[in-house]
Parts: sequence; structure tokens; C-alpha cells
Amino acid sequence: MELRINFLSGVPIYLQLMEQIKHAVETGAVRAGEQLPAIRKVAEDLAMNPNTVVRAYRELERDGMLDLRHGSGVYVSASRTNAAKTAALERAGGILAEALDEVAALGLTEAETRRVFESELAQERERARPARRRT
Amino acid sequence: MNDLVIRAHGLRKNYDGSPALRGIELAVPRGSICGFLGRNGAGKTTTVKLLLNLLRPDAGEIHLFGDPIQSEAAAVAARRRIGFVSEEKQLYPYMTVRQTIRFVRPLFPGWRWDLETKYLEIFQLPEKKPVPKLSKGMRTQLMLLLAMARGAELLILDEPTDGLDPAVTEEVLQALAGLAAADGVSIFFSSHHLAEVEQIADRVCLIDRGQVVIDGALDDLKMEYRRILLVFSADAPAAVAALSGVDHVRTRGRTASLLAHGDIEATLDRARQLQPESVEIHPVTLKELFLDYVKEA
Repeated sequence: MELRINFLSGVPIYLQLMEQIKHAVETGAVRAGEQLPAIRKVAEDLAMNPNTVVRAYRELERDGMLDLRHGSGVYVSASRTNAAKTAALERAGGILAEALDEVAALGLTEAETRRVFESELAQERERARPARRRT
Repeated sequence: MNDLVIRAHGLRKNYDGSPALRGIELAVPRGSICGFLGRNGAGKTTTVKLLLNLLRPDAGEIHLFGDPIQSEAAAVAARRRIGFVSEEKQLYPYMTVRQTIRFVRPLFPGWRWDLETKYLEIFQLPEKKPVPKLSKGMRTQLMLLLAMARGAELLILDEPTDGLDPAVTEEVLQALAGLAAADGVSIFFSSHHLAEVEQIADRVCLIDRGQVVIDGALDDLKMEYRRILLVFSADAPAAVAALSGVDHVRTRGRTASLLAHGDIEATLDRARQLQPESVEIHPVTLKELFLDYVKEA
């Protein structure tokens, strides 16, 4: 697992770290049961703050992706479905945020944006329905 | 909030009647790496000297490791637990690297031989070389080695990477990160290099003209602050300057750049009432915060 942090992006570093670990798990670069590098090693290798590494690991533990075993290290937890779901949701958030930025640049108000979004969602539902009926 | 290695309250200091510090507040939790930022003359070195009791404040109080520093005895006791690297990086000019280490080692009962060996190797310091023949980077690394190996709980570093090349800077930052991770050492360091502060600090304290203007956990600041760019159909209205929730505003023609923090959504709603043609939101880097806070006025 190769971790690359952009310290100057303005994005909180612990979020970048979380994102990269999630990506590594999703893509299979690290698998369930495998051990992740210790906090000290990550901090030293990337010359970054150990508390930030701790924060990222703890948040991922809360998300069910990592298992922090006291004294023995950090492991990718066995339940990957949950983790994949979390990652999917996180990704969806990112995609929507980008879309929202684009929409905002069109000069729409929030109310207008919400109307468009809800109408698109409704249309998507409509599109999905006949497809299911056909099968 | 009991476990603060540094706590300063209302620190004031005048030099010849002109105020250098005008009520500095500091709170550095144990185990954190705190970047201490400010322009030249903002009061960084004065603050560091007050922390080390090299200067006495005109007003205010300092607690180190939870105890007030009121007497010389208390200051000496606290200083035993602190490793310090000054901006001047003074060393004994007639000694070699090895002699310097041998000279300093017995002064500290908690000397960490393991760290001495480790950093001699990492920094590749030439042990037989006289100190005056060392490069600036090596001299800094020797000072850091002495400060780290003495077994200090807190390092106070004044511009530790000033004048170092990027490779040496990275080694120094790695050493500091390793020390904080493995030994829970707290680090308080002043710096002009925002990129390295952004890289290694978990907290920042920005002072300007003798006062603290930003203080907090770096990742929280990054979450809290946003740059909002507004483009209007005509010149940006004067009302943008009065928007609540906005810290700083720069207008140029039809565009307005706002630095906002707190409830960004609410601020955006208010900004939209001015009917801009477009609204963009961006994350904020430490450099932007620094420039916005210290450059204005």
C-alpha cells in the first residue's frame, strides 16, 4: 500500500489518509486480516503527525474497516461489505459535491438546484421501473 | 484540559515602551506537534524566550507541565524536561561532534543512548569534525540530536529547519515525527515554512502583532474554513464586506473572494441573497489563512 498525501491541498490530512486506505482496501491492495503499518511507521515514513495517523485509523475503526488491536497492531477487519458500502457512500458524496459545484457555477440558487435534483431522482425512478417490469 | 505541556495566559511584554506581546494565549496539549507561526517581528522569539524564562513577562502567566513558572527554581525544574534549539544554534566552537555529545551527555540523567545512536546514523554526522567546519544543516542536526537524546518531554524549537536543504529538512521532520510517535514527545516549533508546518503539525498557533489570531487543530481549521468566490454581473456590491460569518473579503471588479468559517451554509445563503452570478467554494490551505490574517490592515 502506497500512501501519498498532498499536504498543501487544503483537504484535512486525516481525511486524505482515510480515503487512501479505503481505496487500498477496495482495490484489494490490502485484504481483510492483513496488517497495516504501525502509526509510528506511517508518521516517520511520511514525516507527518502521529496524532493525525491515529485519527485516521480510529475513524476507519469506527467505520468498521479497521481493527485496532492494542499492542499488536492495526488490521483490516474481516467485514468488508460494510467497508465497501462506506466507501461507496463517501464516493457518492464526492461525485455529488462535484456535480453541485458545477451546478452552482451555472448560477442556480439552492432551491432551484434542489428542484432539479429531486426531479432527476424522480425521473431515474421512472426510468428504472419499466426496465424492471420487462425482466 | 489538564494535560497541557504549555499554557500561557495574557502574556505581555514591552521593549522600551513599545509592545512586543499584547496578551498571548497558548495551550499546547501533551503529545501534540504545534507550529508557531507569524511574520518577522510578530513576537515569536519573544514568546519562546518567555517560555524558557530567558525573559520575564510584564504581565501574564505561564504554566509548563501544569505547574506555574513563577520562581527561578520552578523554571529550572521545568527546563530540565525541555529540549531547546535556538535560532542562533550556538555550540562550542572548539569541540568536535563527538566531544560535544560527550560533553552534553552527562548533564542529563535521562540521556537516551538509543536515540543518540539512531540520529548519529540517520543524520550521518561526521563525529571527528570540529563544530565550526560543519555545514549549517549539520549544525542544526547536531543541536536537534542533543535536544532529542536528552530525554526531554517537550521540545521547543525556534526555526529548526531554517536554511536547510529539502532533503535534510525531510530527515529532520521524519525524526521529529518519529520522536512524537514513539516517545510521545510534545513539540512546539516556530517556523516560516508553512508547507512543513502543514505537513507535520497537528496544531497551529498564528500570532500577529503580539496577539494570537488563529489557534487550533490544523485539520479542524481546514474543515472549518472555506474560500467562497462570488462573481457578480456588475462590480461586487459593498454589502459583501458586511456579510456575517465572513472573516476577510477581497474584491476585485466583479469578483469577491471571502474567507469564511463556522456555519458555511448559512454564510452561503446570505451571500446568495446578494444575487451573484456564480458561487464557488474551495478548501483553504494554511498559507491562505496565514496571508489573509497577517496581511490585512
